[in-house]
Amino acid sequence: MAGEQNIRVLVAKPGLDGHDRGAKVVARALRDAGMEVIYTGIRQTPEMIIAAAVQEDVDVVGLSILSGAHMELFPPIVDGLKKKGMSDVLIVAGGIIPDEDIITLQKIGIKAIFGPGTPTSKIAEFIRSEVATRKN
Amino acid sequence: MPSKTKKEWQEKVLGPALKRAPERQEKFETSSGINLAPVYCPEDIQELDYATALGYPGEYPFTRGIQPTMYRGRLWTMRQYAGFGTAEESNKRYRYLLEQGQTGLSIAFQLPTQIGYESSHPLAKGEVGKVGVAIDTLEDMEILFKDIPLDKVSTSMTINSTAPILLAMYIALARKQGVDTAKLDGTIQNDILKEYMARGTYIFPPRPSMRLITDIFAYCNKNVPRWNTISISGYHIREAGSTAAQEIAFTLADGIAYVQAAIDAGLDVDGFAGRLSFFFNAHNNLFEEVAKFRAARRLWAKIMSQRFKAKDPRSMMLRFHTQTAGCTLTAQQPYNNVVRVAIQALAATLGGTQSLHTNSFDEAFATPSQEAVTIALRTQQLLAYENGVGDAADALGGSYLIEHLTEQLEKKAADYIEKIDKLGGAVAAIEQGLQQREIQESSYQYQKNIEDSKSVIVGVNKFISPSVKVPNLLKIDPAQEKKQLDRLSRVKKERDSEKCNKALKNLEEVARSQENTMPAFVECVEAYASLGEICDVLRKVFGVQKEYLVF
Repeated sequence: MAGEQNIRVLVAKPGLDGHDRGAKVVARALRDAGMEVIYTGIRQTPEMIIAAAVQEDVDVVGLSILSGAHMELFPPIVDGLKKKGMSDVLIVAGGIIPDEDIITLQKIGIKAIFGPGTPTSKIAEFIRSEVATRKN
Repeated sequence: MPSKTKKEWQEKVLGPALKRAPERQEKFETSSGINLAPVYCPEDIQELDYATALGYPGEYPFTRGIQPTMYRGRLWTMRQYAGFGTAEESNKRYRYLLEQGQTGLSIAFQLPTQIGYESSHPLAKGEVGKVGVAIDTLEDMEILFKDIPLDKVSTSMTINSTAPILLAMYIALARKQGVDTAKLDGTIQNDILKEYMARGTYIFPPRPSMRLITDIFAYCNKNVPRWNTISISGYHIREAGSTAAQEIAFTLADGIAYVQAAIDAGLDVDGFAGRLSFFFNAHNNLFEEVAKFRAARRLWAKIMSQRFKAKDPRSMMLRFHTQTAGCTLTAQQPYNNVVRVAIQALAATLGGTQSLHTNSFDEAFATPSQEAVTIALRTQQLLAYENGVGDAADALGGSYLIEHLTEQLEKKAADYIEKIDKLGGAVAAIEQGLQQREIQESSYQYQKNIEDSKSVIVGVNKFISPSVKVPNLLKIDPAQEKKQLDRLSRVKKERDSEKCNKALKNLEEVARSQENTMPAFVECVEAYASLGEICDVLRKVFGVQKEYLVF
């Protein structure tokens, strides 16, 4: 059983936009919820995010983007993580992402997409229960 | 017998009433942590000296507005921020907005243009034409302003680290259209400091960035005298989560840094200060927001007159653009956003803004559709023409509550500025992470208050109903990216490459020297050098800035 203090989360911001309010609030809320959180900062390429996830050996990768480039940037991140043997890692995302894109992104392996207005407690709860089932 | 004083009323009337029925909240607090009393009375503003603290519209300290007639003379400029896809598409949207009675243009640029990359750069993948229009070379700019004569519009450009290049393109375009640059009217945001603390589109370190800014001040003073050379922005600081008081403080502290940099570069304060402009957010708390605009005006007037010894009243006037708060738009019950925007716009106009952008209700989902942006523009027209908002200057001036809030906000902002001064000014404070930490703390608190139901957001944590789908969201056609890349490679093939290389080489030399960089930028864009190529030169000379990450 994974104790929640063992949950390691990478909060990452792919794309060129600097809207990091949401990413930082989520990162801090997850930390306050007892998780170990690494925040990458803005303007991360898929390669940088994959490398950080591997290096930090995280259980969860949370992606935040508001520039509209999610359909180009999320798939290579998901693929890259798989190729690095991180197919168990839980991938979630947030930002301004239209409904039809959410369906596509969930199909390729992004487990949940949290839109504007999602309480951080809901995100923490989701991560906790998903990671628990994965580690069991 | 009615009470004669507030104290008497508190004892005789309020006290017993509170005993019978307590208030519905333990305290009533503004975003800036100002705890409100049940009512404000003459006693609360006894210290306020009308002549020195308020004065008359158009006079120091400009608390009541910067023009004697305010909106009775001329309404605020209705200026909707727009831009997406390629230059052709954006040009269509601008012409539509002008036909609908909009009175100024406001250009949104794609992120690669803002961060100095060609649309073909690997980092631009997926970003072309998103969040704004793709501009790579002067040719894109020519298309963007097709059939829009530059001497007939005022144009605001939300552009910061690459501002000198976009301004150079605008100047080059004016020359092509045969318009005298002395007649150009517009604004570049050109405010790099808030990029490091809130918005994120910086390229170079602060010092060379400040030099580019003061180069623009000096160049425009001689060549483009009606241009607003900077729009010192609190908007993004507030969007990143600050309080109203922090918004004033961090913005004005940035303003102080720019004025000081220009003075240090040898400019005369009254030669450039009249061209400084500001940009604020209009958030949800109506009265705190109105007071915020008044407090900012008064504080800036004092700073310019007392700290910088400006003599020209124009140097002391805080002129500002306002945008309603994007961060308050909800994806839940999206049509409620129309109402939020209307009330925020009311705050901005009661606060005496010079121009206004009203957000569209669908912006929690996408770049606004034409229908949504039309409602947003109509909201301003309703305020201007139906509601009598502009019929008398500073309509809320003299309200005990507003005057109390104005004083409190000014004081809180001045305290922050003192703190920043002690750290060595805005740049040093950013390097030490002060503003970033303060903003993050406030934004986290804001979110916690919502999650703990201390703050109510209708449709989000109270009065919840099933979700509604917004029809006709704008989608950026992926074919636009290819179109842009094709155009860029054609322009690069067709241009006089020798002339272009020479211009870029000259820019490098000028950038390494103390010379003003603006003429070299104009030469580069006229030779159809791309914005990405120009920035590559600057990156080589100035280096690049890493994120001032505080977490």
